[in-house]
Amino acid sequence: MARLRGRGMSSMNYPIGMNLGGDPSQALVHSNPSGKFTVSLSSIDLGQGMKSVTRQICAETLGVPVEDVYVDTADSDTGPHCMGSFASRGTHRVGNAVMAAAREARGVMMEAAAEELEVNVADLETDGRGNIHVKGAPHRSISTKDVAIAAQFRQGRTISGRGIFLVPLSDVDPETGEMSPATCYAHACLVAEVEVDDETGEVAMVRMDSAYELGRALNPRLVEQQLVGGAWMGISHALYETPEPYYPDPSHGPRDFVEYLMPGPGDICPHDITVLERPAPDGPFGAKGPGEMCANPVMPAIANAIFNAVGVRMDELPITPEKVLRAIKAQGGARPQARR
Amino acid sequence: MLELRKDIFADERDDNLKEIGKPTQRQDMLGHVTATSVYFNDHKLQGMLHLKVLRSAQSHARIRRIDLSEAERSPGVRRIIRGADVPRNLNTLLSLINFGKDDEPALAVDKVRYKGEPIVAVVADSEREAFEAVAKIRVDYEPLPTVFDVEEALKPGAPVINETYPKNTFTYHDIYDHQKIRFGDVERGFAAADHILEQRYQMSPIEHAPTETNGSIAAPDTNGRYVVYTSTQALFFSLDTCAKILDVPSNKLHFIGGTVGGGFGGKVDTVTEPLSILGAMLTGRPVRYMIGREEEMLYCAPRGAERIFIKDGVSRDGRILARQFRCLFDSGAYTRLSSYAAVKCAAHLPGPYTIPNVYAEVYCVFTNRVPATAMRGFGVTAVDFAIECQMDKLAHLVGMDPMEFRLINAYRDGDMKAHRREAKNTALIECVQVAAEKAKWPMRDEFKRMSSLKDVGAPRAATPAPQPARESILVNRPAGQQRTVYDRPAPPPPEPIRPTPQPPLSSPPAAAPSHGAIRFSSVFGGRRR
Repeated sequence: MARLRGRGMSSMNYPIGMNLGGDPSQALVHSNPSGKFTVSLSSIDLGQGMKSVTRQICAETLGVPVEDVYVDTADSDTGPHCMGSFASRGTHRVGNAVMAAAREARGVMMEAAAEELEVNVADLETDGRGNIHVKGAPHRSISTKDVAIAAQFRQGRTISGRGIFLVPLSDVDPETGEMSPATCYAHACLVAEVEVDDETGEVAMVRMDSAYELGRALNPRLVEQQLVGGAWMGISHALYETPEPYYPDPSHGPRDFVEYLMPGPGDICPHDITVLERPAPDGPFGAKGPGEMCANPVMPAIANAIFNAVGVRMDELPITPEKVLRAIKAQGGARPQARR
Repeated sequence: MLELRKDIFADERDDNLKEIGKPTQRQDMLGHVTATSVYFNDHKLQGMLHLKVLRSAQSHARIRRIDLSEAERSPGVRRIIRGADVPRNLNTLLSLINFGKDDEPALAVDKVRYKGEPIVAVVADSEREAFEAVAKIRVDYEPLPTVFDVEEALKPGAPVINETYPKNTFTYHDIYDHQKIRFGDVERGFAAADHILEQRYQMSPIEHAPTETNGSIAAPDTNGRYVVYTSTQALFFSLDTCAKILDVPSNKLHFIGGTVGGGFGGKVDTVTEPLSILGAMLTGRPVRYMIGREEEMLYCAPRGAERIFIKDGVSRDGRILARQFRCLFDSGAYTRLSSYAAVKCAAHLPGPYTIPNVYAEVYCVFTNRVPATAMRGFGVTAVDFAIECQMDKLAHLVGMDPMEFRLINAYRDGDMKAHRREAKNTALIECVQVAAEKAKWPMRDEFKRMSSLKDVGAPRAATPAPQPARESILVNRPAGQQRTVYDRPAPPPPEPIRPTPQPPLSSPPAAAPSHGAIRFSSVFGGRRR
């Protein structure tokens, strides 16, 4: 009886946004009279950071500090339509809508500034710290606050913008399945190392190394939270979770978190993540979306690592100790494969 | 630990940005860590009532009679709602995007199709009183035969679960019981292959398990409007669904949400809002309908189970020549969103690899279980599990390193995908290379030099001439025989299987058809002919 180690890997891609498109999102951006901006959305922040990522996109596009932008969501009376927070669409779809709205608002802001400074609008740039100045002449400058006051009380302009992003709905050919499912894809590869106890069938995680290509990490901390949390979910899906442990027999459903198993702090493992950025041509600053795909590579990588450790193929999820042990016994004992 | 590899694809990016790419603290961080962020359930409204539903005790049954007499007299009960009280008591979620037929009632009327299906809603002064009244409702059921297995549900003569779809399958393009992918000619690909591998995979249902369970609070507002605080993942999707079911103009409803305690796909179905709004309409009081943890785990939509059959033909130099794929999505008793996932699954095939011949059939199948719904990776997660386990087996079969095997088959810019669109902006190869480097997984130099931008297009994806003298491949074998070689009870010889040395990439293997192909199938196991 022994604890045997093995390594397995998987690689994959993931489509961004609703399959076939046809899933619009809108955004409104406006400034108050002191040059502070509000982004109005109806998108949902599930904890993934919807408010924060759209806030950064808006600030970057406007050319103002992120502290000057606040994201208000989701009130159906004030926020314009959004399809919803799913299908890894938030950053890509809503981000693009916010970018479009912010670009329009920036246009008005720059025109108002040009009028105040009595220069051509094409000669102006933002410094990202709340000022607009003449290119090459930083002393000829006006704060966004003074621009907003002037626009509201002297010029009678609205520093505001509307944005929508829509990938037009694709047809599906009934006979061949020809279609345009998505405009861009995120990518991943993950290596999992496990230790399998051939006496109990228990699988312990040892470590994971991964590479994710996400277009652009708009906020590396939010990306990290998704990838770390998603990998946890991947371990959980691979080794622990199901409300129907004897599927397709529906009996023995769980009623609480004592009966519904998920990995605790002692069941996870170190995970070294690398992020690659190949910008999507139609992503906001090239961004795709890490939300969904991060759980996917973990499951097959673990199954493949178990094969490497003890020589059994686990083709049914979740891979419980019972299933592993039965497979090892059916095979007449663990059969470790070549170490990697 | 997270590392950014800015050196890769650097020429495709402008990294001279001020706010993008910065690890800025979340806008809502302070609220979250000080427990002052407002979630839907933080709205304690004056005079608020509580709604609970009676759920079916049967998986499939005709409802003969519902006796409410005792429940109506139960203390604290303000209103009992039945299916007949729901203005449009039949809906399908994706009718909002004109996909599928209305097939699910808010409250069951003549029949229940899964254990836990809501039949009657009780609105009472307190949750406890609502539960007590629910317990006093008597339902007389006439049990019907049940089906829980997707393959059983597809058999002729299987009990009809959802009368909207009498064949127990969702209808695609008005004519088909599945979504197809047809690309190249798989039979030609199999004929040209040195090995065939046919396998079966199964993913079980999964509970979303968000910190905050599903729920909503609806309250009468001025001017005949209703304000709704909700945990929905899709504000207007839920609003428009409610407007349809309750048959009111959408501007009568004012939805407020946006701060949600996790969703993972489990908060799109809009199961609480129609009833809490209807409760508010019928009582003139705020009504809260919060689903408890046990209810959510047992009776609210999980990620659906999927059964997947893959048959691949691979050449001995490691190229996948054909992939045949059959997937059965277990939708449960109603469509919800599974019909959409099946098309997304078809679009995802054959995975991020360039395979010249692909054939797929993806079914959305009805069974007598809790309806399935979206979950993180919807339509793709189980498919990726199956494909990536299959890739590992194929690499083993041809004696190749699994990383290098993937790199040989990885899609690149300009490759044609099975849904007949050119691949672009790909980065699978670079991810594999970086992960290998990170994990200190040995990789030969020629593989380290590969790129998503090089060696693209048709020549790599050509189908070679067929191998002579091979028996035709069995397809559509009965499900019971779809066993993998790996779980056969009688094990082959006990010595460890060592990968055989592989030929270098630069010199293609000599055509040696004399010893025939290795077949792996559930019927015959692995053997050489």
